[in-house]
Amino acid sequence: MKVSYNWLKEYLNLNVPADQLGEKIERTAVEVDSVTKHQDGLKKLVVGKVVSCEKHPNSDHLHVCQVDVNQDDLLQIVCGAPNVAAGEKVIVALPGSRIGNNVKIKRAKMRGVKSNGMLCGLDEVGFDRSVVPEKWLNGIYVFPDDAKVGKPIYHYLGMDDDLIDLDVTPNRGDMLSIYGTVHELAAIYDLKPDLNHPKVEENPKLNASDDISADVDKKIAPIYKLRVLKNVKIQPSPLWMQIRLWNADIRPVNNVVDITNYIMLKYGQPIQVYDLDKINNQKLLVRNARLNEKVETTDGDKVTLTDDDIVVADDQKPVALAGLTGLKGAEVDQNTKNIIFEAGVFSFVKVRKMAQRHSIHTGSSQRFERGVNHAGVNEALDAACEIEHRFTDADIEQGTVTASDIDAKPVNVDITLTRINRVLGLSLTMPEASNIFKRLGFGVEINDDQMSVSIPPRRWDIHIEADLFEEIARIYGYDNMPSTLPSGPTTIGKLTNKQKLIRRSRRILQDSGLTHAISYSLTTAKKANMFMMRKSYETKLKMPMTIDRSTLRMNLLSGLLDDVAYNQARGVDDVALYELGRVFYKDDEKQVRPNEVEHIAGVISGSLSIDTWNHKSKPVDFYQLKGIVDNYLDDLNLNGDIDYEATSDYPEMHPGRTANIYIHGHKIGFIGQIHPVIADKFNIKPTYAFELDLKTLIEMPKREQTADSVSKYPSISRDIAILVDKNVTNKEIVSAIQKRGGAFLNQVHLFDLYDGAHIPSGKKSMAYTLTYQDQHDTLQNEVVDKSMKKIQRDLKQQFNVTIR
Amino acid sequence: MSLKDDLANIRDQALSEIKNVSDVSTLNQKIRVSFLGKRGKITKVLRDIKNLDPKERPEVGKYSNIVRNKIQDAVAKKNQELKQALLNQKLKDEKIDVTLPGSPVPKGSPHVIQSIIDHICDIFLGMGYQVLSGPEVEEEKYNFERMNLPKYHPARDMQATFYITNDILMRTQTSPMQARVLEKYDFSKGPLKMISPGIVFRRDNDDPTHSHQFHQVEGLVIDKNIKMSDLKGTLEYLIHQLFGDKFDIRLRPSYFPFTEPSVEVDMTCFNCMGKGCNICKNTGWIEVLGAGMVHPNVLKMAGIDPKEYGGFAFGLGPDRFAMLRYGVKDIRDFYLDDVRFLSQFD
Ligand SMILES: [Zn+2]
Repeated sequence: MKVSYNWLKEYLNLNVPADQLGEKIERTAVEVDSVTKHQDGLKKLVVGKVVSCEKHPNSDHLHVCQVDVNQDDLLQIVCGAPNVAAGEKVIVALPGSRIGNNVKIKRAKMRGVKSNGMLCGLDEVGFDRSVVPEKWLNGIYVFPDDAKVGKPIYHYLGMDDDLIDLDVTPNRGDMLSIYGTVHELAAIYDLKPDLNHPKVEENPKLNASDDISADVDKKIAPIYKLRVLKNVKIQPSPLWMQIRLWNADIRPVNNVVDITNYIMLKYGQPIQVYDLDKINNQKLLVRNARLNEKVETTDGDKVTLTDDDIVVADDQKPVALAGLTGLKGAEVDQNTKNIIFEAGVFSFVKVRKMAQRHSIHTGSSQRFERGVNHAGVNEALDAACEIEHRFTDADIEQGTVTASDIDAKPVNVDITLTRINRVLGLSLTMPEASNIFKRLGFGVEINDDQMSVSIPPRRWDIHIEADLFEEIARIYGYDNMPSTLPSGPTTIGKLTNKQKLIRRSRRILQDSGLTHAISYSLTTAKKANMFMMRKSYETKLKMPMTIDRSTLRMNLLSGLLDDVAYNQARGVDDVALYELGRVFYKDDEKQVRPNEVEHIAGVISGSLSIDTWNHKSKPVDFYQLKGIVDNYLDDLNLNGDIDYEATSDYPEMHPGRTANIYIHGHKIGFIGQIHPVIADKFNIKPTYAFELDLKTLIEMPKREQTADSVSKYPSISRDIAILVDKNVTNKEIVSAIQKRGGAFLNQVHLFDLYDGAHIPSGKKSMAYTLTYQDQHDTLQNEVVDKSMKKIQRDLKQQFNVTIR
Repeated sequence: MSLKDDLANIRDQALSEIKNVSDVSTLNQKIRVSFLGKRGKITKVLRDIKNLDPKERPEVGKYSNIVRNKIQDAVAKKNQELKQALLNQKLKDEKIDVTLPGSPVPKGSPHVIQSIIDHICDIFLGMGYQVLSGPEVEEEKYNFERMNLPKYHPARDMQATFYITNDILMRTQTSPMQARVLEKYDFSKGPLKMISPGIVFRRDNDDPTHSHQFHQVEGLVIDKNIKMSDLKGTLEYLIHQLFGDKFDIRLRPSYFPFTEPSVEVDMTCFNCMGKGCNICKNTGWIEVLGAGMVHPNVLKMAGIDPKEYGGFAFGLGPDRFAMLRYGVKDIRDFYLDDVRFLSQFD
């Protein structure tokens, strides 16, 4: 809400500069979005009088005006506004002036005629078109006759008023009004506000209850009051009121509608007005709407209602969406003679739901959603009547028609000084603390350490002790609060084993050259279902904003492939990334909340290293990534053997270059090349990837970190080279060697693999170093020879190898 | 010529040859062998010793040993000299251009947001906090109801939510971890001090300042005697540890349904160090986190007596920290994983 500083000053003796006031409010109450004036950035705009107005010789719509701006000579200005006429007092942008949107006005020629400035409409001097009265929308603005020629325009139009834009938090609905803000500032600056109260002069001959009655559902409208005025005259409201409205971003319409908005700004109480003569059968109801009832708001929005909406209606038609906006049917128009002002309190839940359902957010709904002062309804209604009477001498009928009411009483909250100081960490004295409550306008009864604080209904946000702590803290000032640290028993902060392992995982992969990526958990249904390591149903959002973010991922890799594509599209071909995050599995279609499983995944594409003067880079391959994964798994000290088994189970992976990874027989993930077709779809270069179930890795038993004793005795190494069928795997050979190698065979290391020239087709040459070691004795050559013989025999038998 | 003279001549000849030799093999294979070898010159001379008067023999024998030792020493010394020269030459030949670039070691970068989270965690671990993590797909109950945000509370508007069903949603904040921890915590084990980092989601269109996915770190301290000044001191400590002592904080009143009093916390603007600039809208301060004293309703709903226990909670956004700290203009940069962007931060 934009609060007018001038308006505040009517009730409060404030002398601080506006920006300081804004700062103070922000530090003590609610956030301030801006402190501005309409005249900011404008220059050389004055009141001028059009002395003569002739048709432009070369145009059918332009006029050539001679304008008095209280200088030696009249200014000749060409003007295209349809409403320009001699005798009018208008806004003149002098040569060298600056008008709205930072536009500079210079002397110019328009169709051959000199123009020394510009006559302006309100929108041209910076007012948003949405607040410009309809009358002035399509032409220049014309001042009332008392405007002084030659004077700057700003004061006449309220453009010199400081407007403090409050960003009111949901709990401080009371500050969505001038009076509420005045109360707040009175507390902050320790001032006494000087508020006025309406005096209603009723016409004793007329009775409101003769003209209208009301019947309401008290759950919808716990307070509902009407007053009737006869013989109103619909006309523009005085300029001072129009200024109040447009400075609060509300467009002036006519005196009746303007009064409702003015009262809402002043008191925070929304007011609705109806044309009495358009109400059928002299009765208003507040009820639930009927399903599919079609209505049109006074702003022209067509709305189809639901039966959870709430309306004000006569016995034939709804006349308002309760608490939201008026409807066509009983609206005030130029011919209106008799009116009803309505003030009430509507269910904030219903108003809020209705506003959301139909996307109609009004000043009224904004206030009802945050609450209104239950004790202020009458005063606001009376004030509306009083002003209308003042403006048009309308007859205020006797009595307020009250269909429902609440006797709003102050709320009492007991609090002790000890507790205030203990919770806030302050050392206030009783007079200091109680004085803060008094400044806020709260009643205080002191009894030793105890205060009984009586909170007026205008601060409906306060009802418990903690609310009072806040009042004390903010008025006392957070800057005055000391800085301390919690005392009491010490606690030990340390990472859990799981957390340590996660941190370690990140470090190992980073040290292996992979960069930590964080991609989105929400993705397309298609990507969510790729690289499935297990069967799972998908989890979808009820109302996604886009299909790109509609489904919870069940893999990390698809996100990483998006990242690879993003990089490669930008000319970065070498990409090595890993991600550590959750995937979302559902075992059952009916399961509503998915299981969140921590995964870790990595991708390499392009090359892991760059060409240098002493090293040629190689394109990424399976074994580079396998080395990274091996190194990672090795670092985790898993208690169990790691196995890679070729698999063609993943449709998104190369069927001949992918392996499932098992630890002690448990599948924990896979590694391989992204299927060329998938790589094409992602528009990426050949890419290798792995994804592991980190949760399982974390939970798996770990080897105790003990140092293996290093044998004091020398080891013996022997090489063996074999020629073997291509389809025999390394794993098969190694396990055969290990099986036959005997107790002292310590290590089998593949040091050469060759299937090029001089090797018969269908064969490959493999060479291993076998290392033998006895922990307790010097190993004898004969033992090793025997073992080697056994191995050779076995390899020949099993795989038909040729020993080379 | 006496044998002694012969030996002296041999000695002189040997020393001269040794002196002039310039390679190891001539020295060792030729010179040493020709003088000291089994058929060398000294041996040859000593063969004639039997022709001498037996009285002279010991003296000549003794002298021959002196000569032999002398030559041996000279050979050894020369060997050492030649080796040294050889080595010097070798080292000279091995000279390299030390200005050529070193071989690159592949190294990945941490994610800047993770680094900030780790840093925050480490600071709080040092203050005796535990680090906990909660579900990203959360129950409405914990995300809203237990955080004192009943249905149709206007504050729910501030958090546009991705729902999965009416009761299940993508958590909009890490605060539900407060409710989850509170309902389980055993206060006989001492005060509760925890932080909970994680990903949260908002139903927002992605643009430079909004992301439908971002990070939060929740903090919670509950005990019998926790004061709001403890909150102020703790956050001050955090900011000093994270960014340095030059940075101040200030508290402003705000509103969160799950804290009362609630505050917004500003810190000295990174960009202008408090002088005022366009980033801080000329205030010198930038908003970095929200905090407050835990609302008694939150405690009550978790089965804790707010008369006995109380404390503070705070929530901060590592994404926002990173943007402010490093001048990152677009929050989406954190989730696109451009390696050129990511590798800037170590
Ligand atoms: Zn700044």
